[in-house]
Amino acid sequence: MREKDININRVDWITVMIYFVLVMIGWFNIYAAVYDGQVNKSIFDTSINSGIQLVWIGTAIAIIIVIMAADYRLFENLAIPIYLVMLVLLLLTPFLGKEVNGQILTIGFGSFRIQPGEFAKFATALALAKFMERPTFDLSKTKYQLQAFGVLLLPIVLIILQPDTGTAMVYFSMLIMFYREGLPQKFYVLGIGIIAIALLALGIENNLYLAGAIVVIVAILIMMGKKTPQQIIAFSVIGIALIAFTYSLDFVVSKLPEHQQNRIMVLFNPDLDPLGVGWNVTQSKIAIGSGGLAGKGYLQGTQTKFDFVPEQHTDFIFCTLGEEFGWLGSFVVISLFVAMITRLVLMAERQKNRFNRIYGYCVISILMFHFMINIAMTIGLFPVVGIPLPFFSYGGSSLWSFTILLFVFIKMDSARALQLGRMG
Amino acid sequence: MNDQRPVVIIIFVFLIGLVLLTKLFMIQVMDDSFIRKAERNAIQRVVDHPYRGLVYDRNGKLLVYNNPIFDLMIVPKEFEVGDTTRFLNLFGITKEHLIESYQAARKYSYVKPSTFIKQISTNDFAKIQDFLIDYPGLFIMTRSVRSYPEPVASHALGYIGEISGRQLELDSSGYYVQGDYVGLSGMERFYEDEMRGKKGVKYKMVNVRGIDKGPFKDGEYDTASVAGHNINSSIDMELQKYGELLMQGKTGSVVAIEPKTGEILSMISAPFYDPNSLTGAEFSKSYRALNSLETKPLFNRPIMATYPPGSIFKIVQSLIGLQEGILTPETTFACNKSLVACHNHPSPVNLFGAIRNSCNPYYHQAFRQIINQEVSSNTYKDTEIGLNAWRDRVLKFGLGGKLGVDMPNEKGGDVPSSKYYDHFYGNGRWKYSTIYSLSIGQGELLVTPLQMANLAAIFANKGYYYTPHLVKAIDGDKSRIPQEYLTKHQVGVDAHHFDMVQDAMVQALYGTAQRAIMKDIQIAGKTGTAQNPHGEDHSVFIAFAPKDNPQIAIAVYVENAGWGGRAAASTASLMIEKYLKDSISRPDLEKYVITGNFIY
Repeated sequence: MREKDININRVDWITVMIYFVLVMIGWFNIYAAVYDGQVNKSIFDTSINSGIQLVWIGTAIAIIIVIMAADYRLFENLAIPIYLVMLVLLLLTPFLGKEVNGQILTIGFGSFRIQPGEFAKFATALALAKFMERPTFDLSKTKYQLQAFGVLLLPIVLIILQPDTGTAMVYFSMLIMFYREGLPQKFYVLGIGIIAIALLALGIENNLYLAGAIVVIVAILIMMGKKTPQQIIAFSVIGIALIAFTYSLDFVVSKLPEHQQNRIMVLFNPDLDPLGVGWNVTQSKIAIGSGGLAGKGYLQGTQTKFDFVPEQHTDFIFCTLGEEFGWLGSFVVISLFVAMITRLVLMAERQKNRFNRIYGYCVISILMFHFMINIAMTIGLFPVVGIPLPFFSYGGSSLWSFTILLFVFIKMDSARALQLGRMG
Repeated sequence: MNDQRPVVIIIFVFLIGLVLLTKLFMIQVMDDSFIRKAERNAIQRVVDHPYRGLVYDRNGKLLVYNNPIFDLMIVPKEFEVGDTTRFLNLFGITKEHLIESYQAARKYSYVKPSTFIKQISTNDFAKIQDFLIDYPGLFIMTRSVRSYPEPVASHALGYIGEISGRQLELDSSGYYVQGDYVGLSGMERFYEDEMRGKKGVKYKMVNVRGIDKGPFKDGEYDTASVAGHNINSSIDMELQKYGELLMQGKTGSVVAIEPKTGEILSMISAPFYDPNSLTGAEFSKSYRALNSLETKPLFNRPIMATYPPGSIFKIVQSLIGLQEGILTPETTFACNKSLVACHNHPSPVNLFGAIRNSCNPYYHQAFRQIINQEVSSNTYKDTEIGLNAWRDRVLKFGLGGKLGVDMPNEKGGDVPSSKYYDHFYGNGRWKYSTIYSLSIGQGELLVTPLQMANLAAIFANKGYYYTPHLVKAIDGDKSRIPQEYLTKHQVGVDAHHFDMVQDAMVQALYGTAQRAIMKDIQIAGKTGTAQNPHGEDHSVFIAFAPKDNPQIAIAVYVENAGWGGRAAASTASLMIEKYLKDSISRPDLEKYVITGNFIY
């Protein structure tokens, strides 16, 4: 039996260690976020969130054992069926699920509820890997580009319908994986350019300055270029298009739902409405900012403990860390995330088949996006998006889905010696 | 090409980490403002108001104490009114008041507590106490107001009130904040620093809804309030009470001093008001009402009203004459009514007779000799030199300037100098005939009742005084009172000159104030009449007793009561009897004073 050949020593213990360290720090912080000095409940008390999280951690470990014990080919073989089942679940969620705050995100019975949107990331990663592993698949060709985006777009559309824009945005992180798999660079240059101009257009009060800047840059490019009629026309068209984009952006933003508009505007001016939309970001920054270099000490935070920061144990869990452990604590956790992602890149690169590597990069993309956006939003660098901090935030669906995502890759990695090289 | 891409991705991850850590460094380490914002958020500073010092009288009787009152506080966010009618009935307010107060609180803060109903009495508090639990968002905060067991000595004790914006600006100590109570008049103001105590502060943590989450850092930074010092006043409450009984319905002042110490035994400003009316919720209303009264009950007459000293000043003139060597007990002048008007009495008179009969022409002639000592051959110059030398002597009697009593807003009266006349008539254009009114205590001379009482004390002490003061001890410790009240002031007249003056004052009573005479206590006194161009003259009398071992010196002013021998002398005599014997043997005289028909 090949399964017996799986050597425990082939498991990438560095990643596993970082995973457990992050989960434990997260668990302690969840306790700190819900801790009430006047009631003084134990961290193990299941009537508070830290006790429940411990149950989630326990079940996550059970899931890890199951994954590690399973046949490494299982996930590859089941990739497409899992993807289809997930699409059906996502389709059914609005009809079967329970409405909370105008969103229908969970399905289940009684208190056992799962969030299909969380698990859909794993399913989509598997499907993309399966889809793209074919030797003929070439991301520099439009046909294959469209196919890959199609696989990605289906869950995105279904999740936006729930509606859960935050989770839907996570799927765009696959652009990182696409980048590794050879999507031409021009898309990224263009994309980053558009985002930069969009940020400038929203951040600068008067679009006229920006339009002026574009005209100047275009003029300089024309002067420095070959000055052929074609090039002059091309640059001019791009310039005019950019200016048009700048002016249309305000219009597009005005067509967004009000709460999303506000989230964008608050990013540029948090004092716009400090008690309303700006509240979350303002309070979150106060909590983190008041931590100083070394923090206020464990369980000594006042901002997170006394409910000044909303969602403090889920999406804003980083506040607790920032307040109680200060910049040094933030440094440790951010370093752990950077280390884990770097390690995963190295692991992905040592895979012998394309399926494993693509899946690995999907994991990298998703973790990177969550890590970057979640922390950025707590310190006001990004609009408030309701996505959790991996391994940290309170919640079973979140912990389980990240655990599955990560350990399926660790499993693949540990079995890589048994696989034939089929790199494309 | 793809071989570089993993490296690009790793660089990208490190870049994200770097950007996040840089931004975190900026808000966590570089920027302190978040620490303050966090404290403003979650740490509430609760001031623990100290217990204000009490005031006792000279015999240990309580004059001022603190009475708890209750402020009803509201947290608009948690407030639920329920049955409105029941609520309005329970708290005794109108619907408009409810809406107005709620909106004011709401405007201040939605989550922080503010005052809803101010200063609820103990009775009303007992009524609502049990029902408060039905109204979330309402709670009681206890404070204290001043209270007075006997409604006496309101002017001397003074009152406290909320600090004004101007006072806050002037306060350099930074101790006070808006809404603090501070002594505004009387001893409350003068001994503010002693009586206020020291505020304590408690830091408590509150959550986002303003709910108390316990002390911050287990109370490490909390300080307890320190109660203010108690004042042992020199006032004799029984004497004060009796004086106010005598002065009821009248306008004027009574000041009684213990000559040996300068301690004020009683200080009455009539008309008076009940000090209890200037406390608690009624303060502003009562204050406005009192302030608008024609009779000016808030005016502190003993230290703020000034009158010409009149005949009483002749004693000062006599003493200065004796000390200068201008006069001797044997110096005789004729009662020459062509110089200045006088009443009928034997003439000529010596100094003793002049005091006893209050002879105006005598002092007109004596004062000319005091002023014009022919130092200069120029009459004008000679008068100027003489006036200023005389003035220096008068000032030593505690006249012409503030004595420095322990109350705010004291007036100093006036003793004119040559500068005054130069300004008025021109330099070198006035001489003795211009200023002769000063000789009999008229003209530009002005004194306060307190200065008059102090004069009585000087006569009793034969030439010295202690600055009159209302404080006897602080927290029972005599050495803690301001040092200036322990300093003896000599008036520069030898003690032996007073013997004859004292005898003349005893005799004066037989001439001008027979009502004041007592069988068993020898009173030395002098009547005066302060001329009043607006109506009936003011009745004035100063005295000390017993003559051979003076225990009390007193000045009494009764406005518009005519001749000093009637209202003022009778009042003074009764006060002396009350103080020295603690009983009144002359009910008819008492009735005469209380009834108050002095003009006939």
